[in-house]
Amino acid sequence: MTPKRRRRLIFAVLLVSGIGTAVALGAYAFRQNLFYFYSPTQVAEGDAPRNHVFRVGGLVEKGSVKRDGMTVHFVVTDTEKSVPIVYTGILPDLFREGQGIVAEGRLNRSGEFVATQVLAKHDSTYMPPEVARALKRAHEREAAAARAKLAQEAARAAGAGGR
Amino acid sequence: MAQREAVIPATTTRRLWTWFHRLASPRYFYELAGRLIPWFGWAAAVLLAAGLYGGLWLAPPDYQQGDAYRIIFIHVPAAWMSLFAYVAMAGAGFIGLVWRIKLAEVVARACAPLGASFTLLALCTGSLWGKPMWGAYWVWDARLTSELVLLFLYLGYIALDAAIEDRRKAARATSVLALVGVVDIPIIHYSVEWWHTLHQGPTVFKLGGPSISLDMLVPLLLMVVAFKLFFFAMMLVRARTEVLEREVNSAWVREVVGEP
Repeated sequence: MTPKRRRRLIFAVLLVSGIGTAVALGAYAFRQNLFYFYSPTQVAEGDAPRNHVFRVGGLVEKGSVKRDGMTVHFVVTDTEKSVPIVYTGILPDLFREGQGIVAEGRLNRSGEFVATQVLAKHDSTYMPPEVARALKRAHEREAAAARAKLAQEAARAAGAGGR
Repeated sequence: MAQREAVIPATTTRRLWTWFHRLASPRYFYELAGRLIPWFGWAAAVLLAAGLYGGLWLAPPDYQQGDAYRIIFIHVPAAWMSLFAYVAMAGAGFIGLVWRIKLAEVVARACAPLGASFTLLALCTGSLWGKPMWGAYWVWDARLTSELVLLFLYLGYIALDAAIEDRRKAARATSVLALVGVVDIPIIHYSVEWWHTLHQGPTVFKLGGPSISLDMLVPLLLMVVAFKLFFFAMMLVRARTEVLEREVNSAWVREVVGEP
């Protein structure tokens, strides 16, 4: 390789790696702002802004959706912490219990999140409805089997304790 | 014996280098591309038809999204190609910048409008998909924003290229810009894993294999290959035209075009 070419090669490599490093450092410094939403745990820990509009995302807790005309109350959870949300308006089609959603709004004094917009987050799994139903049935069978086994073991333990 | 073994790789390497040098010669490239374009073009057309038929008729609806998910058969290949075209453009630009090979400059320039089109297609189809599924045409999450930045990088490349009269100088300037923008490629790819985004995570390339049923995955992959072949066909058409333009004063062009 001629010295001229080597110089140009070094220039190109330095250019790419230099900008890569700069952007990586920048992204690291702004990492909080790059999150599109806060998780309920972050909200519980006080990471989310108190008097500002922000977004919270998580799964709609099963059995938490209560409708009252156009107003909907529900709870969003990340399985550890949860945030109660109130929203008035039209919900996206994919909104349902167990679905991932992102809500934009702010916390009120009583700790309830008043949403102005609710977006549905869909997962990265694609399958026909029959497969989804079959999977669900298999899952339920498995859970039932596990429960039965647990009950059996408990009964045996109780039996052993009684003897 | 040992001597002979040492000689064989040397000649293979030399043959490879001669081929590279031949490929870099405008006339050889012009003729080779002319022969390749119909193959790429027809293969792309056949695979596109098969992929669309498989995706829009044969594939079952999705358990959550019903028929609306079918836009992935355009959206995903377009989005992947928007990244692929940029890497091709920056790679060719890099070779042009360091080794000053004219053909690499030509190829880099040919990639830009194609990549910009794929990016725009990915953004538009994603937007049309976002409204019924998410509830919004556009959100400023990391994936969507970084893809929009990619569109601006392409447009900046095209504008810079158009602003400089001298082809060789333009190639040097645009190559530097293309290399600067390379940083956006891993950001787009990993954005859904590094940060919380509204955009869903990867489906096809992830740990534990693709989470998409096979009768949806096959047409999707057909479309991906069709888009790739289409890109190569169009890129070669553009590069071929530019080779003619650049070499307009040389003897072989007059010979090929058939002017005295």
